[in-house]
Amino acid sequence: MNAFTPSMVMAILPEILLLTLVFLVLIFELIWKKEDGRNLGWLTAGGLLLILVVSAFLGKPAEASTVFGGMLRYDALGFIFKMLFIFGAMLTALFMMDSEKLGQRGESYILLLVATIGMNLMATSADLIMLYLAIETTSIPMYILAGFMRDDEKSTEAGLKYLLFGAMASTVMLYGFSLIFGFSGSTALEAITGFSMPLAVGIILLMAAGIGFKISLAPFHFWAPDVYEGAPTPVAGFLSTASKAAGFAVIMRLFIGLFPTGQYAQMWTLTLAILATLTMTVGNLIALRQTNIKRMLAYSSIAHAGYALVGAVSLSELGVGSVTFYLIAYVLTNLAAFGIIAAFSRIAGSDEISAYAGMSRRSPGLALAMLVAFLSLTGMPPFGGFVAKVFVFAAAVEANMIWLAVVGVLNSIIGVYYYLTVLKVVYLHRMEGENEEAHPIPLTRPYAIALTILSAGILLVGVIFGPWFNAASAAATGLF
Amino acid sequence: MAFPILSVIIFTPLVAALILLMMPADRKTEIRMTALVSAAFALILSLWVYLSYDQAAAGYQFIEKYAWLPQFGISLHLGVDGISTPLVLLTGVVMFTGVIISWGIDDRPREFFAFLFILASGVFGVFVALDLFMLFFFYEIAVFPMYLLIAIWGWVKTREYAAMKLTLYLFIGSVVALVGALAMYFNSGLGTFDMLMLETANFSAKFQQIWFLPVFMGFAVLGGIFPFHNWSPDGHVAAPTAVSMFHAGVLMKLGAFAALRVGIMLLPLGAIYWQPLILGLAIVNVVYGAFIAMTQTDLKYMIGFSSVSHMGLVMLGFATLTQDGMIGASVQMFSHGAMTALFFAATGMVYDRAHTRQIPELGGMFKALPYVGVTFIIGGLVSMGMPGFSGFVAEFPIFMGVWRVAPWMAILAVISIVITAAYIMLAVRRTFFGEMPKEFEGHIGPISFMDKFALTLLSTLMIGLGMFPAVMVPMVKTGVEHIMEILKVVK
Repeated sequence: MNAFTPSMVMAILPEILLLTLVFLVLIFELIWKKEDGRNLGWLTAGGLLLILVVSAFLGKPAEASTVFGGMLRYDALGFIFKMLFIFGAMLTALFMMDSEKLGQRGESYILLLVATIGMNLMATSADLIMLYLAIETTSIPMYILAGFMRDDEKSTEAGLKYLLFGAMASTVMLYGFSLIFGFSGSTALEAITGFSMPLAVGIILLMAAGIGFKISLAPFHFWAPDVYEGAPTPVAGFLSTASKAAGFAVIMRLFIGLFPTGQYAQMWTLTLAILATLTMTVGNLIALRQTNIKRMLAYSSIAHAGYALVGAVSLSELGVGSVTFYLIAYVLTNLAAFGIIAAFSRIAGSDEISAYAGMSRRSPGLALAMLVAFLSLTGMPPFGGFVAKVFVFAAAVEANMIWLAVVGVLNSIIGVYYYLTVLKVVYLHRMEGENEEAHPIPLTRPYAIALTILSAGILLVGVIFGPWFNAASAAATGLF
Repeated sequence: MAFPILSVIIFTPLVAALILLMMPADRKTEIRMTALVSAAFALILSLWVYLSYDQAAAGYQFIEKYAWLPQFGISLHLGVDGISTPLVLLTGVVMFTGVIISWGIDDRPREFFAFLFILASGVFGVFVALDLFMLFFFYEIAVFPMYLLIAIWGWVKTREYAAMKLTLYLFIGSVVALVGALAMYFNSGLGTFDMLMLETANFSAKFQQIWFLPVFMGFAVLGGIFPFHNWSPDGHVAAPTAVSMFHAGVLMKLGAFAALRVGIMLLPLGAIYWQPLILGLAIVNVVYGAFIAMTQTDLKYMIGFSSVSHMGLVMLGFATLTQDGMIGASVQMFSHGAMTALFFAATGMVYDRAHTRQIPELGGMFKALPYVGVTFIIGGLVSMGMPGFSGFVAEFPIFMGVWRVAPWMAILAVISIVITAAYIMLAVRRTFFGEMPKEFEGHIGPISFMDKFALTLLSTLMIGLGMFPAVMVPMVKTGVEHIMEILKVVK
């Protein structure tokens, strides 16, 4: 069991490289002059790109196995999520570079990298203790990043709020874990069996609540809009995408791993199906009334967690594949949306939707990127969001949960309204009494690179969806 | 392998849109020329498809099939039959004339043509898709640019409201139909979205009865079926001329076509079961639409409601489930497409000069715009179903089909022709004849050569089809015969 095998290194190759990058950033922060702090962003993004390529070629598991004394799973599900997190972190690093106060300082990049390590471990944990540690490794850097702008009241509030809610969620989840341990005498997911009725209900509810906080399911979503609004925009983007995807990886491993079939499976799928219904509906309805674009996107991302959950509760290979595909498309899309907002508010100095009037004349390119991102969020082809939605709804229909698919479909109609309203402001409304051409929105190079990658990615996932879907469904094979 | 003409037709507008978006925004002349050239190219290709469709062989032709997601049974499967070939040609014609008519757009023409072409690409896609998933894919692509086209370039007073209303109606319809399509996919057990294979799926009678209505109605919303027709006149009025042409000319056909292809052809037992309801709704469309059109004072609203009435005839023809009715309905889709495109083009030309569309405020336009007047009257004759024009070729078989199913309904439908004649003639008289109001004297400039060309092209199509029905009817018949076989098997 303790014998060393090469697959152990391969299993944590991305994490080893990430840690190396952390030290590199630390060292170069000392070497480089303070004015050159922005270069640390290039270093981080470039390093992450290298890690992405290297791990994609070397870190791919041939077959699923459990390594490090049962602590980590080395399988396709973990692999694809790791790639997603590293990709998300790379683009977030680019977005952070020109963010005020964030981009000049090494700490922000280091925190980002450490959080990414935590997420990688979340997606691969095979043991409750490992899982808890991974969640905390992810959360603590994110608390700091959310409250990074010390002089800004909203940012500090966001940091504190996120910390308090996050700590509470962790506690609730820990209660669930302790019940499991007390019950089965084991913390290894594979070894846990033999539940009995009332306690299983408690475990399911506690874990659903704990993870529900992390991925902001209604009714545990209250922290999200405040935190997204207050946190620096690139950080909010990372929170709403990679961090949420990590939560979904945990849901799939934990629930499907612990209760794959039988009455408990029915119980948790029903619980999560109800939560999904609630999440989609609450998220979309409240998003309708928002005037601040970051808050609107916060509620929209709550709703999207609901759509993705529809695939998870289908409890099938198609379901897991569809969630994974959904998250790929969603990470691309929402990162783009937050990136655009960051680029826009840097110049315009406002996050109000009304401030976007005349944007298509001020910067046709940025407006086009926004069109792509928002239509993908709406679920329009040929963008990633459309195919992703069809797959999760298909999974629900296959699992004979037509009602859930109908709820999802009705909700996506509500989505059409508020996404199009924003596009209307962007393309139709004019700046009052100003000539828009006199107020251009110049894009710095990191933004231009990142948004080009993301827009192309959204289109690619939406049109040539075959390979992506195959990769996503490969993730399912290790679970069933 | 043969030249993949259908995918080239789909991708020509899409590639053109991408090229346009990459051109500098201030090179307006070059942008217009690029648009015109690519539209002409698409028109030539669609004409080629039309002319080389082999009527003796019938069935689906120009078939292309590329695996897209094999494990899910999704493929890019394209092909045209006797019903969709004329519609492909129609799309080509409307796209080409639409570009000509929009020559004068000065506010961001680059984005305008790009969005219009994305729309066109979706429309072509729906007409040639033989895969249910791809059909939805293209259907949605055809819907969303409408929002931007209407909201940005539309009529200032109602554009925001109308654009949102239209998008929501169509989106609701399509997603409801989507759930039905997914149910079909899983229920068939074939693991494929290929419509040719789903035709042989033998769904149970119960299943068909449950799912026919959501699928058919979901698509029929875009066909303007009562009581979900309300978005359509508002959309027509708010849209800029070329978009109105596209909207009434081809987009509404998209709904009727998809309702036929997915609803009636894949769920024939459901169609038989719900036939009375569909007939009933369609007859309301026909008669009610005509009456409302008569009360309109805004020229565009009048044409909008007249479209609702005429699209009702299409639905009526399909709902008869008879050969005559379906042939008539398919020809009507083409005829009405050309006719409304012409109407909206002519109305747009009048409006651009008089800056009003209120019928009572207009008058005497014939003197200033004789060419517009003549073509408008031709459109009117088509609309009334005069022999010698395409409207007659289309409507007569529809009434024959309806007579077989329910004679009283045919009588009711024929009444609508009288009403149509009344409002068309009134509109023609008030708009083009009589005294020209003083404020217009000397302000009504002539139309350009290109405008004349577009009007001539559309009129020629309608007269040609009216004089020589043989250029289209036998082709349509081959497509309808296939549907008849499907219906016969299940009966």
